[in-house]
Amino acid sequence: MSRIASVFEKQNHKAFIAYVTVGYPSMWATLQAVPLLAECGCDIIELGIPFSDPLADGTTIQKASFDALQNGVTPETCLEVAQKLRLKTDVPLVFMSYYNPIFHYGVEKFCAQCEQVGVDGLIIPDLPPEEGTELGEATQKHGLDLVYLLAPTSTDERTRLIAQKSSGFIYLVSVTGVTGARAALPQELSSFVARVKKATDKPLCVGFGISTPEQAKQVVGIADGVIVGSRIIQLLESGYSLDSLRKFATELRAALD
Amino acid sequence: MKQPERFNGYFGDYGGKYVPETLMPALDELEKAYYEAMSDSAFLSELESMSHYYSGRPTPLYYARRLSEQCGGAKIMLKREDMAHTGAHKINNALGQGLLAKRMGKQRIVAETGAGQHGVASACVCAMLGLDCIVYMGTEDVHRQALNVFRMELTGSKVVPVDAGSKTLKDAINEAIRDWVTNVETTHYLIGSAVGPHPYPIMVRDFQSVIGNEARQQILDDYGRLPDYIVACVGGGSNAIGIFHPFIDDADVNLIGVEAGGRGLDTKDHAAPLAAGSPGVLHGAKSYLLQDKNGQVMETHSVSAGLDYPGVGPEHSYYKDTGRATYLAVDDEQALEGFRMLFKTEGIVPAL
Repeated sequence: MSRIASVFEKQNHKAFIAYVTVGYPSMWATLQAVPLLAECGCDIIELGIPFSDPLADGTTIQKASFDALQNGVTPETCLEVAQKLRLKTDVPLVFMSYYNPIFHYGVEKFCAQCEQVGVDGLIIPDLPPEEGTELGEATQKHGLDLVYLLAPTSTDERTRLIAQKSSGFIYLVSVTGVTGARAALPQELSSFVARVKKATDKPLCVGFGISTPEQAKQVVGIADGVIVGSRIIQLLESGYSLDSLRKFATELRAALD
Repeated sequence: MKQPERFNGYFGDYGGKYVPETLMPALDELEKAYYEAMSDSAFLSELESMSHYYSGRPTPLYYARRLSEQCGGAKIMLKREDMAHTGAHKINNALGQGLLAKRMGKQRIVAETGAGQHGVASACVCAMLGLDCIVYMGTEDVHRQALNVFRMELTGSKVVPVDAGSKTLKDAINEAIRDWVTNVETTHYLIGSAVGPHPYPIMVRDFQSVIGNEARQQILDDYGRLPDYIVACVGGGSNAIGIFHPFIDDADVNLIGVEAGGRGLDTKDHAAPLAAGSPGVLHGAKSYLLQDKNGQVMETHSVSAGLDYPGVGPEHSYYKDTGRATYLAVDDEQALEGFRMLFKTEGIVPAL
């Protein structure tokens, strides 16, 4: 069983998935923040590989990507960071990357490297399953989960396709829109989740726009896990002090339990 | 060589739909609506009628006698897209997609623009069709092209400055896509070049093919033969694909695409992905791309704001690989020399 699958095997446990952009605000911060998040009860960590044109992201993650690129972060350094993190923690690590950096690195070579350094899966926001044949084969060969995204606009036919192709879990995009903290959850979320549940038994985790323990608690009332990104980036933004991050992660974990 | 009418969205290895899942159903809907419209004689006759009465088509094929003499080689004909409404070929695509959006019941249009030509064309078509129009434009371009911003605003369109990244066309496209992802149910994205996810590259090509269809008929009528060469500039490549496509099966017609060489291909300051880039994925399609060794998209430079883009339409990438078209680059100085020469010999104002 993959490290990611075992997260969803735990009884009466809801998954807390956190996103950090590698190298934002610094490489040091990433190396500190990830083990800290794991210690505070985070079940899976998404490591964002920065890209010059993050068209599915709102302003918070756009800025983090831009700054990380300024800090010299490359796919190669992301693999190195993952390797260092793997020595410190057993928490499942998933790369979140736009397709081009991986395509340019070489799909097979990248997946082989991921396996070698102990990365567990990939999430590619601009890669629908129709374009995922090559990456699907490489991830399977190297024992990586390839997590696909579902959106509120997905038709029933597409929901079935994605449910079939996605491994590890399915990433439900809560809103039609880009990443970023929002004041309230969309009203249609529960009917969207219910619709997907009819099509699959795979774990469903909801992301985009979830920023408070209260929102997270509401989400896990209907889904298997919650993904928090922009809020965590905002907490890292405020400096190298990790206390606010610890407090937030602890509160969010408590809200889920 | 010609692609079948209904195909999977790939020109050889290039094209595809590399977009967030949220947009996939919208692309399917658009593809379906597009094919339906193009087989509906009422839509086609409205497009043809508006191309004439609104855009001013057909544009002339003009024999540039003094320019030909000065160059001392070929007889040079100019397809006068500068004489189309709003001053460029951009109106052909804006009109086609505007009519399609209206037919699909989409009341809100988003568009991106670099130099402002596509933004002005979209804004005018939206005014004429009574659609709401939002144009994303890099802050750098907003300043460089203030007159076009003013024109767009006069039509009632909203121009949104984009401050992210390089603050130019590439970033305006990112922001237009973000808007589309957010408002996809009510909004059509009117992309301005033969780039983006399927079906945009074929749709834009088809709306721009009016250029080549007219030119082919005009040269046959006036000279009783086809040309030896067709030369067109390539940024995203919509005007080039529009004139190339009707000649694709004419093996004796050489197709030459000219990219922006900026300060030279041996520098980083150019916008010539076919001449000096490598395959990659940007804005929804796999195509040649200017990228660094880590797969990050590079910033570009050209004296021509209209060509200042790191990607290119996937069909051009295919023709480069198959050799059906030849792509080369001219640098800023060469382009300016041509610009001045055309002014002096013919009194014609070329776009830059």
